[in-house]
Amino acid sequence: MVIYGLLLLSGCMYVGVLIGDILGKLTGVNSNVGGVGIAMLILILLSDYLLERDMLSGKAQAGIQFWSMMYIPVVVAMTASQNVVSALSGGPMAILAGVIAVAVAFAFIPMISKIGEPGEPLPELEKKEA
Amino acid sequence: MMDMIITPFTKYGLVMAFLIVGVVMYISGLVSKLTNKRIAGSAIAIIIGLILAYIGGVVSGTGKGGIANIPLFSGISVMGGSMLRDYCIISTAFGARMSEIKKAGAAGIISLFVGVISAYIVGVIIAIMFGYSDAASAATIGAGAVTFIVGPVTGAAVGASSEVVALSIAAGVVKSILVMILTPFVAKPVGLNNPKSAMVYGGLMGTTSGTAAGLAATDARLVPYGAMTATFYTGLGCLLCPSVLFLITKAILG
Repeated sequence: MVIYGLLLLSGCMYVGVLIGDILGKLTGVNSNVGGVGIAMLILILLSDYLLERDMLSGKAQAGIQFWSMMYIPVVVAMTASQNVVSALSGGPMAILAGVIAVAVAFAFIPMISKIGEPGEPLPELEKKEA
Repeated sequence: MMDMIITPFTKYGLVMAFLIVGVVMYISGLVSKLTNKRIAGSAIAIIIGLILAYIGGVVSGTGKGGIANIPLFSGISVMGGSMLRDYCIISTAFGARMSEIKKAGAAGIISLFVGVISAYIVGVIIAIMFGYSDAASAATIGAGAVTFIVGPVTGAAVGASSEVVALSIAAGVVKSILVMILTPFVAKPVGLNNPKSAMVYGGLMGTTSGTAAGLAATDARLVPYGAMTATFYTGLGCLLCPSVLFLITKAILG
């Protein structure tokens, strides 16, 4: 059933966010620490386990895949609700701080990517419709 | 008559958001075809989203919430809110490979620290250049250059003025929007074409919304890797900025 996929996904989200909140409390930060990332790790581990044992039906997988295909439209909705006006009206200082912070971060990507085993590029593919 | 046209949009907000975003995606696809698919449809859709957010902010008189401030588009805030966004981000992990994540382990963690600290230093230096040279203001603006969540969290902790907090949020929003727009263009020169560099990128940029949209426009298969490290960034920023980094700043600025 499709809902089983959503059950798995929602369960991962709950546990991940809960752990993130607990981490936030323990470290004295008033925010969630990595909850979504933890949920993603749990989902990877659980789905690996379930798929290997053939315990996740095609329909259950479709339930998860639906949301991952909705990802780009959701992101578009998110950008449409950003505070673009305040970003532009923050004046030269806010804009300069943002621009340089981004430029510095981009410059670090090739350097840090060299640490450890090299990553392999994903294979080229035809324009995939999302 | 006008009411009748608008009511379904406010009554069935989320569903009407699907309609609106569907139209935006369709138009973006057409525009992408005009450029011979040189610019990805999702990148165009994201830019349209930002333009809509600007129009919405100007029309409603308050930028917060972007286009969702206009009742006709209120459902957009549900569809693009943190609940569905995080749900979708988590779902992209389905199909990501554990082996790739292990490969990036050390580089991913280093990128988080380098990302937070470098953004903070840049923000502090710019703040001082613009005359915000007391430790609390400089630290808050520095934290804003980390993300627009870390800025106000730090501002509240160190007792910065509300004007400075607003500036720190603006710096963070500028950063997040730039990441959305620039990523597809900078991807090639910085080697952003594999899961490992995507994780490093997520750790360096940190802004979840920025990396999420930037990677979506570059190569959607990289999204889970970048998003995973990015979600740890804000937490790390909230941890470091009001504490260690603030104390160092205070020691230097006196």
